[in-house]
Amino acid sequence: MAVQLEFLKSILYFSDIGHTELESIRKLVFEKTADRAETILLEGEPATSLYFVASGAVKVFKTSVEGKEQILSIVRPGESFNDVPIFDGGPNPVSARTMGPVLLYGIKKSDMESILRDHPQIALNVIKVLAKRVRHLVSLVEDLSFRHVISRVAKILLEHIGGEMGCGPRLSQQEMAAMAGTAREVVGRSLKALEEEGAIKLDRHRIIITDKKALQKIVEVHY
Amino acid sequence: MPIIDTVRCDGCGLCVGVCQCNALAIVNKIITIIETVECDWCTDCEAICPTAAISCPFEIIIQEP
Repeated sequence: MAVQLEFLKSILYFSDIGHTELESIRKLVFEKTADRAETILLEGEPATSLYFVASGAVKVFKTSVEGKEQILSIVRPGESFNDVPIFDGGPNPVSARTMGPVLLYGIKKSDMESILRDHPQIALNVIKVLAKRVRHLVSLVEDLSFRHVISRVAKILLEHIGGEMGCGPRLSQQEMAAMAGTAREVVGRSLKALEEEGAIKLDRHRIIITDKKALQKIVEVHY
Repeated sequence: MPIIDTVRCDGCGLCVGVCQCNALAIVNKIITIIETVECDWCTDCEAICPTAAISCPFEIIIQEP
């Protein structure tokens, strides 16, 4: 299937880029499909390409020596991953694994360098994307350092609302634990506690947020 | 329904033992979901699995009264 120009236009990297320029960039973009739970990148390995998610979702994480995962972000359609090693030349600082079947668009490192040289607007867009990434990581550090685990779980729920209100992927308790930097059992207890407080309702495979304001108030509490 | 990674599953059967809804069974040495209507999503199978082969993902939605 050909790389879709309309999709490329929706990627922040390529915002405010003219049609002709985008056409020349499209020739450098390759497609990659992957199944559920497929590892796209491994922490520590050399980086060869920058990826954009066209459909599906990819989780970006670090793994401890004991094998515990800490999820740093979930990459959704239109977003990129593996930017940092492409730009600084180092190895992958993180691993990336698909959360379901995905379609990726990739650009090789050498091609990305020539794109940045030939299109200064893209370089500015990249700066904005990376600045937003830094802001997200600062927030994560704040969460892990200062926020009580129930507060972190509440924040995760608010940030991953799916259905008609948003486009969040489904999350297992194990994945929520990896994002919150805690154990799976603690997430289970946190969800029960949030249900008892009336902020959510657990309905089989659905977590229903019944009082968004109450959940937001829980997020604001720091311990 | 719960998602089973057949590559990770080693057929130990611990999940079948904890499932209170009789939703799981071992078929050809791999865990198979045989019943989804009765599954009440207790996620005990996900908790007990030593190889993280079963995943019970939640959909997060808003439904305020």
